[in-house]
Amino acid sequence: MLQRLSHLLGTENLTSEQIAFILDQAKPFQEFQRHPLKKLATLRGKTVAIAFFESSTRTRISFTTAASRLGADTMALQAESSSLKKGESLIDTVRTLEAMRPDGIVIRHASSGAPEFVAQRLEIPVLNAGDGTHEHPTQALLDALTIRDRKGKLEGWNITILGDILHSRVARSNIHLLTKFGVKITLCGPAMWVPRDLEKLAPGVRVVHCIEEGLRGADVVMVLRVQTERLHQPALAPDEYIAQYQLTPARLLLAQPDALVLHPGPIVRGLEIDSAVADGPQSGVLEQVTNGLAIRMALLYHLIGGAPADAPHPAKDRANASD
Amino acid sequence: MPVVEKRQLLSAEEIGRTLSRLAHEIVENSGGAKDLALIGVRRRGVPLSERLAKQIREFAKVNVPVGTLDITLYRDDLSTVGSHPVVQSTQIDFPVDNRDLVIVDDVLYTGRTIRAAMNGLFDLGRPRRIRLCVLIDRGHRELPVEASFIGKTIQTSDTEIVEVRLREIDAEERVMLVDRVS
Repeated sequence: MLQRLSHLLGTENLTSEQIAFILDQAKPFQEFQRHPLKKLATLRGKTVAIAFFESSTRTRISFTTAASRLGADTMALQAESSSLKKGESLIDTVRTLEAMRPDGIVIRHASSGAPEFVAQRLEIPVLNAGDGTHEHPTQALLDALTIRDRKGKLEGWNITILGDILHSRVARSNIHLLTKFGVKITLCGPAMWVPRDLEKLAPGVRVVHCIEEGLRGADVVMVLRVQTERLHQPALAPDEYIAQYQLTPARLLLAQPDALVLHPGPIVRGLEIDSAVADGPQSGVLEQVTNGLAIRMALLYHLIGGAPADAPHPAKDRANASD
Repeated sequence: MPVVEKRQLLSAEEIGRTLSRLAHEIVENSGGAKDLALIGVRRRGVPLSERLAKQIREFAKVNVPVGTLDITLYRDDLSTVGSHPVVQSTQIDFPVDNRDLVIVDDVLYTGRTIRAAMNGLFDLGRPRRIRLCVLIDRGHRELPVEASFIGKTIQTSDTEIVEVRLREIDAEERVMLVDRVS
């Protein structure tokens, strides 16, 4: 049986077996979302600290709901209303949280490496909900689950990631994860956001700057969010971006006929993606959201549920426990 | 965990005969199998429930639906179980409301598995009735749980383990009593 994970900090250091295990463990939680009563007592009495040092609505709600549906309580820390504004350091904030004895921490932070920093200093499991431009592992896992469900398998596809790759932790986590399954990745976008250096991130990665070439033959197209702050620079105006890189129905025809379109959200209709594509039959956007809940429930269950990995086997109930 | 076999409780033939008797008992005591459904508890309750449904189909000409239930998420001992249990899927493709359900499992022991199974079923709806069918009742109940349909009742001690082997899952078919080697 797989060695239990202590933390979930990124996909770069996960093996393909560990990733496959997490995807398999998410399946019962996918079914669970269809129950009339969405409440388990599995993590009853456990507390999960939700520490978001960077604003987010969707990921935060997803993690909070996941913990809640497992029966756990949550402790919410949000950057705007926190002691951080008063100048408290990251480690002091986290030590304060730890002193309230949560059973796990979900952390999102603007600095790459912050979750690892915290994991090295605390005794409890740490889940990375996004750190700087480094990793967003649960996003990559839910993307992988969506691909596996829609296309039957994860291995061997041609996957194009479209947009601002340079600043995207979603892209990085996906690149690390998918290349472990023999996927060929095409990174496509304007040169200043997709430098050729990115080809060194993992085997099987190529960079193209022309969208037609980037989409041709793709089995999956992942469209990244465009941060409009970065579009005000004279180098690339929004109209230019739309003209050169928007995913339109016409451009989607260049990909495989059954190509899956994914987007981590939130979508800005009319900017990086045309509404018709976002709402079309090839779009997996809503499944991504449901799968996000299933993945996060599976991870919280795996990291926080059950005894510490070195607890002794109790004699009685193991024998003849339904296996 | 090292174990030594003490004695065989049921041979393959006896398992077959026992299941046949249980299938007949279930139908006799269900007023004609209307709204009846079997729920197999993972893992070994699953092939048992499928075999019972097949027998019922053959002699009573009634198609009794079968669902499978994974109780891992409903266990009450999750924080004390040493090795981390892997959760599998529950698959119940029919509505549970107003159904006459029979939970099927291989061994009834403390009753905690069945309590968890009932919790799982209540999350899905409101059955009209739930009863329990087990191959072996080994005593030592820790909760007020009873089976309506029992293959064989045996006395066991705390150190003993009832090992059920079924051909769908294991390489053989029999039920043994084994003892822990200290």
